[in-house]
Amino acid sequence: MTDSTTQVMADAQENQAPQTKGLMKVIMASSVGTLIEWYDFYIYGAMATTIAKQFFPQDNPTAAFLAALATFAAGFVVRPFGALVFGRIGDLIGRKYTFLLTLLLMGGSTFAIGLVPGYATIGMWAPVLILALRFVQGLALGGEYGGAATYVAEHSPSGRRGYFTSFIQTTATLGFFLSLGVILTTRQTLGVEAFNDWGWRIPFIVSIFLIAVSVYIRMRMAESPLFAKIKKEGKVSNNPLKESFAKKGNLKMVLLALFAAVMGQGVVWYTGQFYAQTFIERTLSVEFEQVRYLLCIAILAATPFFLVFGAWSDKIGRKTIMLGGMLLAILTYRPIYKAMYSLGDPKAKTEVAERSALASAVAVNATGDSTITTTTIKGFSDGSSMKTVKKETILADKSKPAPKAETTKTFWLSASGFWMMVFFVFIQIVYVTMVYGPIAAFLVELFPTRIRYTSMSLPYHIGNGIFGGLTPFIATRLFDASKTTENPSGDPYVGLWYPILIASVCFIIGLLYLPSKRDENVLD
Amino acid sequence: MDALKRLSGFLWIALGAIAIYLMAAQAATEIAAAIKNNKAVLDTKMFWYIIIPIFTPIMLGLCLFGWYAWKGEYDRIEN
Repeated sequence: MTDSTTQVMADAQENQAPQTKGLMKVIMASSVGTLIEWYDFYIYGAMATTIAKQFFPQDNPTAAFLAALATFAAGFVVRPFGALVFGRIGDLIGRKYTFLLTLLLMGGSTFAIGLVPGYATIGMWAPVLILALRFVQGLALGGEYGGAATYVAEHSPSGRRGYFTSFIQTTATLGFFLSLGVILTTRQTLGVEAFNDWGWRIPFIVSIFLIAVSVYIRMRMAESPLFAKIKKEGKVSNNPLKESFAKKGNLKMVLLALFAAVMGQGVVWYTGQFYAQTFIERTLSVEFEQVRYLLCIAILAATPFFLVFGAWSDKIGRKTIMLGGMLLAILTYRPIYKAMYSLGDPKAKTEVAERSALASAVAVNATGDSTITTTTIKGFSDGSSMKTVKKETILADKSKPAPKAETTKTFWLSASGFWMMVFFVFIQIVYVTMVYGPIAAFLVELFPTRIRYTSMSLPYHIGNGIFGGLTPFIATRLFDASKTTENPSGDPYVGLWYPILIASVCFIIGLLYLPSKRDENVLD
Repeated sequence: MDALKRLSGFLWIALGAIAIYLMAAQAATEIAAAIKNNKAVLDTKMFWYIIIPIFTPIMLGLCLFGWYAWKGEYDRIEN
């Protein structure tokens, strides 16, 4: 350690009390911007099904859904490239201006998604434009997180870095929460029909106001003190990409961060928050608003644990908590999802005849085609209910092939079932807080100031964007592939093997290779 | 512990290589089956065209990680 570094550390310790007050301002200013970026990014995923109907050919609902998920995945896959582009800029010119730029890009592209006309209006241009804007969103997010985490960590006193950076860690979950809240409020205010028709655009358009506030706050922030110091001393890296990934000493730490920590963290995070939603909504067909309410409650209840585990990691080390979260996820995912399935499985319930009904209606259009709509409502003894709507079209022209009947199912959980489902999602999000709460501090401590932004951003976004972000996509694919003629409903738990396998490999690598030290020096 | 770290380096190299092979084999099988049955051809191709180019370099990274582990690069990492 150099003399000047020792002096900076001594100054930091001496001024810790007044710094803490100022630090909370830094954290809040950084966190608000990062939260809004996550909000922008997640409103797309939270409305994947609605967006699929607007922007993708609707002949095949699964194809439309997969196309939307692919776009969602595209947003994730480009994140590592954003990490490289903006990480490099952040290590060359500074943290502050880089994450201002990412904020503007994110806000602009989100606003633009809200304005793109649908497939019915401009044809193939609609999905193409959406895909392009989604790419810009992914790039911007790839540059944002590393900047915010680095910025806060470089302001934090030693011994409390886990706690202070955990505020940044809450932003991803709170951004998701905010997106669900805005969607629910808009849907309830406008009604389902207007929301599906045009109201879904409002959460995207609202983003521009949130971004304006956040840019104003960030403009008033100063540069990170550690970066300002190395810049003043002329120690800024000339080529952060080369230094990060072409030098063995640093590359091996990038690989360690990815395979021993972030890879497992990514799948645990996206299983808890996103695959859980996909599972409840698509596999169990639980009603749209019930799903979002239960997710909101579980997220809100679990979010304080980010701070708990972040602070605890300052005392017992990052490794123990992160690997503990991974192990719990590996061991309990299947029992948790089996319990969730039983809450929404009509076959496991007793039907009550008085609460059940059957209705049928026939409508004939101008061309003589008739549509028979059969609605079946089943009430169950535990208070849950299910509505099945089957639409069959009989064509007047018998020479044409009859279209395939459409069946939609909607399941309403009972009151106790709803709270049990909240509990199971809550448990999964607590795992998320264990693996994710300490990880910003862990990554920041692994790399030197001059290349920190670049070096920590890439493994973070490969782990989260690719391993994590593709979780719902891969798990849904595995579920669909498990549907056979012998078992047309498929294996509902098969999708879990992906996160379980990835988290298991990561857990073993982390256990073997990660150091157990609890408070690394970030002052180079 | 260092010996275990080094030895398991082989495991990560093998795991990376096997993952690449299995992905390619599975992709070939599924795409061929989809074309033969004329069922979900676009979906199947799209899935594998996304997965293979993304995960192949990452699995090569796992092989490199294994190589470094075998060479003792992660011994006494605290230092």
